[in-house]
Amino acid sequence: MRTSSPGSSRASRRAVWRGRALQVLLIAAVAGGAFWLVHHALETLRARGVRSGFDFLLQSAGFEISEGWLDFDSGQPFWRAFLAGLINTVRAAVPAALIAVAFGTLLGIGRLAPHALLRGLCAVYVDTVRNVPLLVQMLMLYFALTQLLPDSMEAIELLPGVWLSKGGLALPWPLREPGAFWPSGLDWPEQGGFNVTGGAALSPEYLAVVGALALYTAAFVAEIVRAGIASVSSGQKLAAQALGLAPGQQLRIVVLPQALRVIVPSLTNQLLSLTKNSSLAVAVGYPELVSVANTSLNATGRAFECIAVVMLVYLLLSLAISAAMNFYNARVALRGWQ
Amino acid sequence: MSTAPPPLASASKRWTAELFGSPWRALASVLLLLAIGWAAMHAFDWAVLHAVFRADAEACRAVRHGACWGVVAEKWRPMLFGRYPYEAQWRPAVAVVVLSAVTLLSAWPRSWRWWLLPLWVVALALFVVLMRGGVAGLAYVPTNRWGGLPLTIGLAVVGLAMAFPLALLLALGRRSQWPAARALCATYIELVRGVPLISVLFMASFLLPLLWPAGWQPDVLVRVLAGLSLFVAAYLAEIIRGGLQAVPRGQTDAAVALGFGRWPVQRDIVLPQALRLVVPALTNNVVGTLKDTSLVTVVGLFELTGALGLALGGDPTWRPFYLEGYLFLALVYWVMCFGLSRYSAWLERRLGAGNRA
Repeated sequence: MRTSSPGSSRASRRAVWRGRALQVLLIAAVAGGAFWLVHHALETLRARGVRSGFDFLLQSAGFEISEGWLDFDSGQPFWRAFLAGLINTVRAAVPAALIAVAFGTLLGIGRLAPHALLRGLCAVYVDTVRNVPLLVQMLMLYFALTQLLPDSMEAIELLPGVWLSKGGLALPWPLREPGAFWPSGLDWPEQGGFNVTGGAALSPEYLAVVGALALYTAAFVAEIVRAGIASVSSGQKLAAQALGLAPGQQLRIVVLPQALRVIVPSLTNQLLSLTKNSSLAVAVGYPELVSVANTSLNATGRAFECIAVVMLVYLLLSLAISAAMNFYNARVALRGWQ
Repeated sequence: MSTAPPPLASASKRWTAELFGSPWRALASVLLLLAIGWAAMHAFDWAVLHAVFRADAEACRAVRHGACWGVVAEKWRPMLFGRYPYEAQWRPAVAVVVLSAVTLLSAWPRSWRWWLLPLWVVALALFVVLMRGGVAGLAYVPTNRWGGLPLTIGLAVVGLAMAFPLALLLALGRRSQWPAARALCATYIELVRGVPLISVLFMASFLLPLLWPAGWQPDVLVRVLAGLSLFVAAYLAEIIRGGLQAVPRGQTDAAVALGFGRWPVQRDIVLPQALRLVVPALTNNVVGTLKDTSLVTVVGLFELTGALGLALGGDPTWRPFYLEGYLFLALVYWVMCFGLSRYSAWLERRLGAGNRA
């Protein structure tokens, strides 16, 4: 504790004022610097005759988007292309996150399993996948999916109705009559003369993105789950044993709920990383937000605007995920004494 | 109170108990062993028994179910050095050795002394001289010909070195007494951590030329380095802040009581302790940055990942063997990253042991 004697109060008051003045100076310097940079950039753009502004978002895009939930054709405006890209980001990130959390949890539990072979196997997976860049894994998976699989004429039937080939994966999909809410049946893909038709088709780009994101993130989730379980004191587990709970029950009822308090904050960070990492899809040509922005950038030359849209959307996505996970965390967190 | 230790079982007995102690255990072990054996047999078959190791494309195409490591034998130089002039490729090789040697030396806690900093400056200068040339009789090689492993390592090292001072400022600023400084630093850190690296790299490569004085264009390498270090700094700052928070408050109070001023307290008392605490976390961040450098291939720099596309993409003879190329690439990354993560874990145990003592 610092105590101030009466003699030093004048000096400390002066220090306070000096601090305030310096803060004003700091803000002025940062704001001035930012203003100068923007001004200079706009000047340069004007001097080069480059048009700037966000008005292009209302013009028609002139390119197609190969897949996605939102129908898009080249006559529609750029903002709709960005929206389709964003929806494609979600379409890849959500399944990848679900698989990563499920698979990662299993791996994390496996790393603490009372069986040496299982432990070793999980450790090898985690140590291999974590130490190779995601981009390399994604490109490798994409190459394997598009080059090493058989042509769609000779698609492999993995399960009844599930076909895998260079053309992607075909799945049975609920068939819905127009206007009806409940599906009337399943649309089964069939092996035609030249390719697989019917059902839902997933492109190799989509499979590569989701697969690589899920397998890569699972290794990180595994480490988080392992650390979380290890953080629960061994007395808890012994007490659960003493109560006569089976090993699975011990984990489910006693250990995991306590481990969640440690796991959830780190898991939030991993889900945020996964969402941001989905931007690597630009490298395999899956039309998510960054790909669409890249295409728009090349079509219009408005680099700053396109990248700014991407950054803004990702910031909002990050905020939304943080908020959702914080809400969940508040529910699992230790309640204080009230 | 301690209980008597159980009698030491021999290693083989413990293994038998672990693997075959009960019927379920034995069943699980047998199933797992069968699965592992089956996978290992097929992998060995593909990667060794039926593989072609010679740089012979004909032989590779003739083999249906074997790996073609010939692609590595044939293309390892463009894979590792990109478009660097062929006859001068000893230079990037020496540059990589120099940086690796200094990195290994810095990994040894005994060498954490003041002379490490000048040593790194000399090593980086040597790296640039070797790569760029133009002096001491070395031919000039423009940065757009740089590529492969030296570029990957160089980007990571220089990016981190440039990010570190900024990260230090951001971390101290986020704990400043001034609300304005705290708000500025927190805004920067959170904004950068909220966007993907690719968007920062795109922004750097398109926007930086606009900020430069007219008539002089910054090199792509400079733009990418700027983007990378601005990005990495936000993550480093959070790690350093964690270290600063872990230094007990009493340390600052004691230093103030001894008459230290505001900056000397941070410089001489708090930071040295905080940085020591976060070396393992920093090492993990180095691994992350090393992996992240693979993204610069998207903005047109041919580091390891980009160099593979360069080496195989334009060559129809070897293009079918991309998978083996990727596996080789993955191995190179894995050796570097796994080594660093093991080091980080070792250091954490060592520092932890030191703290308990």
